[in-house]
Amino acid sequence: MAAPVRSRPRLGVFKFASCDGCQLTLLDCEDELLPLAAEIDIAHFVEASSDIQPGPYDLSLVEGSVSTPEHLERIRRIRSESRHLVTIGACATAGGVQALRNFADVAEFRATVYAKPEYIETLATSTPISAHVPVDFELRGCPIDRGQLIEVITAFLADRRPDIPNHSVCFACKRRGTTCLPVAHGIPCLGPVTHAGCGALCPAYGRGCYGCFGPSASTNMPAMIPLLRSDGMSDEDILRFLHTFNAHDFAAIEPPGELGEEGAAS
Amino acid sequence: MTHRGSRVLHVGALARVEGEGALRLRISDGTVTQAQLSIYEPPRFFEAFLRGRRHTEPPDITSRVCGICPVAYQTSSCHAIEDVCGITVDGQLAALRRLLYCGEWIESHTLHIYLLHAPDFLGCDNAIELSRTHRADVERGLRLKQAGNSIMEFLGGRSIHPINVRVGGFHRTPARTEFRPLAERLRQARDDALATVAWVAGFDFPEADCDADLLALTEPGTYAIETGTPTVLPHGDGHRTRTFPLADFTTHVVEEQVPYSTALQARLDGRRHLTGALARYAISGHQLPPAVREAARSAGLADPASGQICRNPFRSVVVRAVEVLYAVEEALRLIDAYELPPYPAVDVPPRAGTGHGATEAPRGTLYHRYTLDDEGLVTDACLIPPTSQNQGAIEEDLRRIVQDRLRHGEPTDAELTRLCERAIRNHDPCISCSAHFLDLTVVRA
Ligand code: SF4
Ligand code: SF4
Repeated sequence: MAAPVRSRPRLGVFKFASCDGCQLTLLDCEDELLPLAAEIDIAHFVEASSDIQPGPYDLSLVEGSVSTPEHLERIRRIRSESRHLVTIGACATAGGVQALRNFADVAEFRATVYAKPEYIETLATSTPISAHVPVDFELRGCPIDRGQLIEVITAFLADRRPDIPNHSVCFACKRRGTTCLPVAHGIPCLGPVTHAGCGALCPAYGRGCYGCFGPSASTNMPAMIPLLRSDGMSDEDILRFLHTFNAHDFAAIEPPGELGEEGAAS
Repeated sequence: MTHRGSRVLHVGALARVEGEGALRLRISDGTVTQAQLSIYEPPRFFEAFLRGRRHTEPPDITSRVCGICPVAYQTSSCHAIEDVCGITVDGQLAALRRLLYCGEWIESHTLHIYLLHAPDFLGCDNAIELSRTHRADVERGLRLKQAGNSIMEFLGGRSIHPINVRVGGFHRTPARTEFRPLAERLRQARDDALATVAWVAGFDFPEADCDADLLALTEPGTYAIETGTPTVLPHGDGHRTRTFPLADFTTHVVEEQVPYSTALQARLDGRRHLTGALARYAISGHQLPPAVREAARSAGLADPASGQICRNPFRSVVVRAVEVLYAVEEALRLIDAYELPPYPAVDVPPRAGTGHGATEAPRGTLYHRYTLDDEGLVTDACLIPPTSQNQGAIEEDLRRIVQDRLRHGEPTDAELTRLCERAIRNHDPCISCSAHFLDLTVVRA
């Protein structure tokens, strides 16, 4: 009897509340795009293709956060149709920049942006995909790193764990040989508490890390905050520094009460 | 005889555009009575959460509105805040901003031309399928796109959400010699850009005319990209343009909320208008250098210098290719003239007030306004992206195209969906800035 023909693994790319930057990273893999497409079947990738095929998918890459009632139902369906589900980027992994609403009054936000807020359906929160369905892997970054994305796709298609280190930006920064900004220039830097992945880009350009990749595995926030203060930041500055693209995840590790009322509340 | 009942067509997933949108068509006795483009990109509330942020923060935050044109958001933000603070960034720092923006134009336009738009003209669902029959063309596109990305990566640190931009200039400015490998790459990209113009010129273009006023920024002596004055070319009025001060943008371009869309819709002085490649080329095309104009002419584009205007949305793909060629040339010129500025950024101390900034995002004019308090905290923010401005013109375009089609008998839903998706992709809408599915509904009685 002839061996069954092994079909190419099927890839799905899905979008929730996001800027499209993380899925664009896939199209930015100019050198790898055509070879990759020869190995896999791009079954659902609406930004790139009108050929939209139904599931099941071997690997689903999910971009964006859950922020509308419709999203809740859609993410469950995608999960049920996917062998592996990987979130790509800060929106899908930590709620993204739109999670700043989680610390505010959404009704008031809606009324600020829209003359007729009643037309706008939205949830009061922007939440990571993992808050709603089990996720096999979370790839961090705002945006994600191209090299890491290729590693994740090849790993899952080969049925192995992706080799994505969990250490902080400082490790990458030291390896890159960049002079430490807080030490040498008193420039505030979130490198010590931020997940590596960007290649310590900001310090190399002379600016402090602003936390695109969210918190690293073992952070010492109680030590970080006095350091930022000594680099001249007020508590409000520190709160804003932590409250950007990964606000939800950083807020979860802020020492309670340390940064005033808002810090305690979040 | 064809059956001429009433129908409502709903296209539920708009593919190969950036973001999410749907289309609802109402057809009654052979007449299209309604074409509603609905953008269901979830609201993200940028204008609300910008309040309370320090004046240095909007460029990094607003870049996250759109991963396809982050430089546009960063630059409009910087200009608006510098305007509040009474600072002008000029000389080599302004030149570097323009260079970074050229990188975004090359990357974004090439993405649109090769990966999203060309498959329409060549009867494919996507660029991967296209690469089976047009391998060398797709490879050229990817190479050219990479050249745009390499400007953004070199100068901005990365191509999506560059990190090197700040209010007042940059965090780090490169030395002249560091540009050498980039310049080498751009000289190769020039050949790819020229070949792209010739390639798209050979596509088949249906006749069409866009019945909308055109809006683009203009700048004396140059093709406006990162700065300029709003300039309007009304429909059917020869080549007489009018301008208005940027500070009056929101009195002329008024956003309205429509119940079927999360993106606001803007009208220009009460009329529908179009911004983007067609508008820029019609209004500023005479400013392009002779070699680029010659490439445009040989690609079959009307020459704006002799008062001719191309309003055919299908030909926007040619205009984009011409703009890519221009951006490559312009990037090389800027690199050639570059001298290391004395400091990477001008100091921008905050002051209370309101400021305006507008730039030409690849898809059209992007306007930002901020109000700061005494401490330099944002108290009010307003962002008007190109897609919200273009929606009215796109809807009219859809109405006209479907109406034309109905003259030749009753199309199937699948056929209408294809037709409408094409018409929408002509305008390169970036629906995230307000959304890829065309969710088409045809309402038939
Ligand atoms: S994580 Fe950042 S880059 Fe990715 S989709 Fe969200 S906002 Fe865009
Ligand atoms: S510059 Fe920032 S990331 Fe680099 S070593 Fe210092 S603290 Fe860490």
